[in-house]
Amino acid sequence: MSQPSSQRPHLVVVGNGMAGMRTVEDLLNRAPGQYQITVFGAEPRVNYNRIMLSPLLAGEKCFDEIVINTAEWYRDNDITLISGDPVVAIDRVQKTVTSRDGKTVSYDHLLLATGSQPIVIPVPGHTLPGVVGFRDVEDVEAMLAAASKGGHAVVIGGGLLGLEAAAGLQGRGMQVTIIHLAGHLMERQLDPSAGYLLSSALQQRGLTVLTEANTAEIVGDSHVTAVRLHDGRELPADLVVMAVGIRPQTTLAKDCGLTVNRGIVVDDLMSTSDPAISAVGECVEHRGQCHGLVAPLYEMAKVLADRLAGRDTAGYQPAATSTKLKVTGIDVFSAGDFSGGDGTEDIVFRDAGRGVYKRIVLHGNTIKGAVLYGDTADGGWYFQLLRAGEDVTAHRDTLIFGPAFAGDTSGNPKQAVAALSDDAEICGCNGVCKGTIVSAITEKGLTTLDEVKAHTKASASCGSCAGLVESILVATLGDGYQAADRKPLCGCTSHDHDHVRREIVARGLKSQAAVMQALEWSTPDGCHVCRPALNYYLLCAWPTEYQDHGPSRFINERVHANIQKDGTYSVIPRMWGGLTNPAELRAIADVAEKFSIPTVKVTGGQRIDLLGVRKEDLPAVWADLNAAGMVSGHAYGKSLRTVKTCVGAEWCRFGTQRSMDMGVELEKMTWGSWMPHKFKMAVSGCPRNCAEATIKDFGVVAVDSGWELHVGGNGGIHVRATDLLCKVSTTDEVKEYCGAFVQMYREQARYLERTAPWIERIGLEPVRQAIVEDAENRAALYQRFLHSQSVSQDDPWQARAEGRVDAHEFAPLSPSHPLAAE
Amino acid sequence: MTIAMTWINVGTIDAIPQQGSRTLTLGDTPIALFRTIHDEVFALVDRCPHKHGPLSQGIVHGRRVTCPLHSWVIDLASGEAQGPDEGCAGHIPLRLDGGQVFIGYTPSAGGCTHD
Repeated sequence: MSQPSSQRPHLVVVGNGMAGMRTVEDLLNRAPGQYQITVFGAEPRVNYNRIMLSPLLAGEKCFDEIVINTAEWYRDNDITLISGDPVVAIDRVQKTVTSRDGKTVSYDHLLLATGSQPIVIPVPGHTLPGVVGFRDVEDVEAMLAAASKGGHAVVIGGGLLGLEAAAGLQGRGMQVTIIHLAGHLMERQLDPSAGYLLSSALQQRGLTVLTEANTAEIVGDSHVTAVRLHDGRELPADLVVMAVGIRPQTTLAKDCGLTVNRGIVVDDLMSTSDPAISAVGECVEHRGQCHGLVAPLYEMAKVLADRLAGRDTAGYQPAATSTKLKVTGIDVFSAGDFSGGDGTEDIVFRDAGRGVYKRIVLHGNTIKGAVLYGDTADGGWYFQLLRAGEDVTAHRDTLIFGPAFAGDTSGNPKQAVAALSDDAEICGCNGVCKGTIVSAITEKGLTTLDEVKAHTKASASCGSCAGLVESILVATLGDGYQAADRKPLCGCTSHDHDHVRREIVARGLKSQAAVMQALEWSTPDGCHVCRPALNYYLLCAWPTEYQDHGPSRFINERVHANIQKDGTYSVIPRMWGGLTNPAELRAIADVAEKFSIPTVKVTGGQRIDLLGVRKEDLPAVWADLNAAGMVSGHAYGKSLRTVKTCVGAEWCRFGTQRSMDMGVELEKMTWGSWMPHKFKMAVSGCPRNCAEATIKDFGVVAVDSGWELHVGGNGGIHVRATDLLCKVSTTDEVKEYCGAFVQMYREQARYLERTAPWIERIGLEPVRQAIVEDAENRAALYQRFLHSQSVSQDDPWQARAEGRVDAHEFAPLSPSHPLAAE
Repeated sequence: MTIAMTWINVGTIDAIPQQGSRTLTLGDTPIALFRTIHDEVFALVDRCPHKHGPLSQGIVHGRRVTCPLHSWVIDLASGEAQGPDEGCAGHIPLRLDGGQVFIGYTPSAGGCTHD
């Protein structure tokens, strides 16, 4: 059988890890006894499955269970294992390796499988006791020792490894905070939607997740006590786990002069720049890529085993990879390239009830990538289709439902619903099965979604199954089904404005990602119609909690100026109640000259408009206006625009009340508030109504005994005179009724619905009931308005003039460095 | 006559906000660089085929941008108008190399390659 060992070529393996040992196993299978084999391992133990460190930490496995090859295996296969004694030098001329303890062994062929080491961020304090990586059994032992004392752990890095470490430590009783530099967790494996779900799930389990958090320092004297972030926050820590990534371990290769970039450079046959030396695993760089997942490493092992055994091999070809997060109870899967790109399309499926998000990225007729959250059972199937490059045209429409529907030749989602069994649960909230709905439809003669809702309670709670229920109606009634007149917000969803708003409040949805997931948006990040609406609804519902999202605002609201047909902007400073003074006028004149602003015009709302300002000049224009005490006029926003006034009792011989004072008071109270649409006010000092208050959203007309309050007026295409809401006596009353009306409009009107169509739709009576008849409700509305105003009256011009916000908006990029002519 | 295309480094992907854009001018050509929520980067001539609106100022959603002037929706990868509208904003070759953004510059094409 095998030759005496002295006559066989000697294969020396440096590294007793998964890649090296898989190569040896594959080689033994192909050519038993062909080589005399010696393995050096730095760790003082047999070879184990590094992927299982997480279950080891979590206590789901013990060390013996994660051992791949026992000491007997090495003995039985006649392999010399030298563990706990790492190789420290390679002599390529003598063809020998030397270990730390001074053993020198000669080789005929040398395999480097030195793996990788965790990246340590060199912040102050990174060498303190209590700071560990998450790479080997020693690290796990250190983590377990720390966890046995309880206390706080901070995991730096919200990637695959970091999250597994965090979950494991939390399971061991520690208070765990994950700090992550990117905007969402596992950004290399997950898209933002799935990252959001993952973050919510982890927080629900009691972990704290801080994204966009940058570590500044690890604090402590003799042992770590805290981690300080760049923004100044300090997090208590008894243990710090650095899991920010890995770096190929290339020291040996570099020392002996092999070609090394980021990793040890190998060709398709896993040969290094020295033909007598091969390399596999995380230490190598193949066609510019380093790998940290097990599948490619095993693929490399196979190729090298073929070559060493003298077999033909096509060589290593990088292939798509897939990853799964190993945290019990949280299912995350990603495969291939889900970053999109030219010619790719997304298919998105969300099931809010089950917390499921699936996204399949198609390129032409084949799957290019997949991200699955919550239900990863079909991950393998997608991955198989992806790797095989299979044409999925035939079942494209049902692809997202997984292999269960793939056999359905019709490729019709409606038929996919038809294919569901009668006991399939449709409405998770109310536990209604498909059979119940079908029999209600047929037995009771139901024809609309609302009837099904009323009879079965299906989709009566969260409503996220409404689309499914409609599909069942269609499948059951065929052409007899007439869709309800319920206009969806946009093409990304089947829900209407009112439903979306109710859900945001009822279910405490506080981000766009949360809404899109809970209400099963069909696109990854919405569109230009739904995003501004959601941004407004969220801002209105959670004024102090929701973080305004600039990219979801129309350009005017993003740069706080009005875009004009030629791409320049117009700037309108606020003039409270339409009043100005010589200093302001002088500043406006100076700005117009200094920036060569071509047109200066008086607006219909009693303001001065500077037209034709170049975008890059905006911050400087604002700075000059700010310096003269002027702030943004919000002439660009779905917000309070202007309060127009007549000169009133201050000057006018007919004036009955001081309308300019009232106008200024109202404008000071309401400026800066975001609304469903633009909102205009006016105050007239007598019924002659020179301020035209009866075509405003909220108009105030002075009479001898007090103030008439008018609502729902509009100039524009469809002129609508206001409805008289009521009459009040004092300034405080005017302010309270005004604030209450604005707040009711903010909370109830649909995005982009002015007060005139809103009141025509709901009628004046509900408004009167809510504001005039119900004093308690009026006071509550007013309070909510003032609360929201407490965080919105911050001059956006000043923030931008000082460069604190969105500096990138106003500065073009400058091209440089031509790369090479082609 | 063919004039060689040059790859010009216009900065890093980090300089472009997600779901946002940056602008630059090469020769006389205004150029918009877009970055999607999934960190894809595209370059178009910054002129809507409709009324020459600056596409860079639009809302970026999926792999599309909506023109700020009249809400035409333009495909970022091709520059083609979507839906019932017809027209194409000049498409500019772009490549990413280790986070650096390069766009293909062809002087003969009025600054850039319009294909």
